[in-house]
Amino acid sequence: MRSLCIFIKRNVKLFFADKGMFFTSLITPAILLVLYVTFLANVYTDSLLMALPVGFEISQELLDGFAGAQLVSSILSVSCVTVAFCSNMLMVQDKANGTVRDITVSPIKASATSIAYYVATLISALTVCLTATAICLLYVAATGWYMTALDIVLLVLDVVLLCLFGVALSSIINFFLSTQGQISAVGTLISSGYGFLCGAYMPLSQFSDGLRNAIMFLPGTYGTALVRNHAMRGVLAQMEKEGLPTEFVDSVRDNFDCTLYFFENKIDIPIMYAVIGVTVCVLVAAYVIMNIIKGRKVR
Amino acid sequence: MNTFADNKIIEIRDLHKSFGDIKAVDGISFEVRRGELFAFLGVNGAGKSTTINMLCGQLKKDSGQILIDGEPIENSLAEIKGKIGVVFQHSVLDKALSVKDNLESRAALYGIYGNEFKKRLDELCELLELKELLRRPLGKLSGGQRRRIDVARALLHRPKILILDEPTTGLDPQTRKILWQVIEDLRKDEDMTVFLTTHYMEEAADADYVVIIDSGRISASGTPLELKNAYTGDFITLYGVDEDSVKSLGIEYEMQRDLCRLSVPNTRAATELIVAHPEIFSDYEITKGKMDDVFLAVTGKKLSDSEQRSDGGAKK
Repeated sequence: MRSLCIFIKRNVKLFFADKGMFFTSLITPAILLVLYVTFLANVYTDSLLMALPVGFEISQELLDGFAGAQLVSSILSVSCVTVAFCSNMLMVQDKANGTVRDITVSPIKASATSIAYYVATLISALTVCLTATAICLLYVAATGWYMTALDIVLLVLDVVLLCLFGVALSSIINFFLSTQGQISAVGTLISSGYGFLCGAYMPLSQFSDGLRNAIMFLPGTYGTALVRNHAMRGVLAQMEKEGLPTEFVDSVRDNFDCTLYFFENKIDIPIMYAVIGVTVCVLVAAYVIMNIIKGRKVR
Repeated sequence: MNTFADNKIIEIRDLHKSFGDIKAVDGISFEVRRGELFAFLGVNGAGKSTTINMLCGQLKKDSGQILIDGEPIENSLAEIKGKIGVVFQHSVLDKALSVKDNLESRAALYGIYGNEFKKRLDELCELLELKELLRRPLGKLSGGQRRRIDVARALLHRPKILILDEPTTGLDPQTRKILWQVIEDLRKDEDMTVFLTTHYMEEAADADYVVIIDSGRISASGTPLELKNAYTGDFITLYGVDEDSVKSLGIEYEMQRDLCRLSVPNTRAATELIVAHPEIFSDYEITKGKMDDVFLAVTGKKLSDSEQRSDGGAKK
């Protein structure tokens, strides 16, 4: 057990020591931040104002709180997956630079090293994403705070769940990679593509029906929706409290991905938890089985 | 008292490994005795690395047997891995981490940590003069310093067999000398067996036993002396002679600035030549052929400079 802990420590240290890997994982959150600061925040608030029923008004503080919550939920839902992917690239880097040979000549079991990679990636991803959550909450406090303690707890739970998902998914994908070129390709693809797929750049409701239905088959979408729900619940509740019509608030929920529909069927929050939870379990089981099979092949 | 059978630490019998149609290792058999320096020679792609990878349990053999310390490798791979230390041709430690972090993480792979690790680290620091390097990132060290760390890593778990895959390639002569001194001391003090692949023939000349592999098959094996006697002749180096005198001997020669090298089939022929022409042989020496000559005679190939600097074989 102690051997495993020392090896996990090595993996975590390497992730934070490798500036390239660390900063690559932050590309999408950084792009999001720039997009929001430059125009996305205005686009969202403008569309909200345009959709406002005649005769109703919305305070600037609530508008800022809405944009802030939208930004924070986008950044967190993307970061959990991209950071996990980049952190887990260590597994591939070890193969690419031959370090894996130095590990496999030792008596340590392949299953133990697989666990070490998984746990180390989870620790790195959680460290970065929980720090990001704290920074995001400070940002929300500065723009417009409508969250409760329960929202924060649930948001942290969502981040943990999404990190678990990101680590499990990256473990499966990275299992098949072995070269520096593949690391760059997959790292770039995930960093740039996942933000689009999870609706961080543009709400899923803006996509065509076909694309939206296809994206609904991706389990990460449900994790993103959970983050959105808990980051924006307070703002939306405040809108209702300030007298905005329930239909209008519901349409905001629909248009900004707090409510998901799987072929016209509304997905409740417990189902979202179930989807992401089951997915994590299935991916981890698959990862374990893949490592067992690989171990048998070598022997 | 150990019998000859007890004395074998590595036994390889009729080992085969193919990659598609390519027979990387094609039925090789050899033995390595406990405590000896064993040299495994071959050009790039000859099958050296494939053999080593199978020996370390990193690659599955197609057929044949590998016994380490009398145990078939497949029976107790984990235990056998604990008996083997490997110095890879290229350093595979983590450049971003400090030397101590590197050694700590690798020691943990063998279940060595805490006080046991500290004690072993102190021993290795003394043996390889590492103390001042421990806190420095590996990536900032010179090639020679890194090699010392590689050796320290291979010795962390006190292996019975040390596999050196071209350990001195690219090192300066002084670092090579230090490394070989350490390895020699270990062999003597701890009865460690050293399995060496190298492109430096002078290193192979110091081995107790040499196996030359070519295209996956063993081309020649024996002690350096046996190989020299079997595959090369002797050389007489003559000093202070003119070319006309040498020409009169009617044998192959090579004139150099102030000496002449004569090729003779063996030491007996050299002695007969000297006795027959005492007027010419007043200042001379007789030497055996070199391992380079053996390698060339056996394989018909020379180990080029590029091979001395680059990869040592098919890395599968």
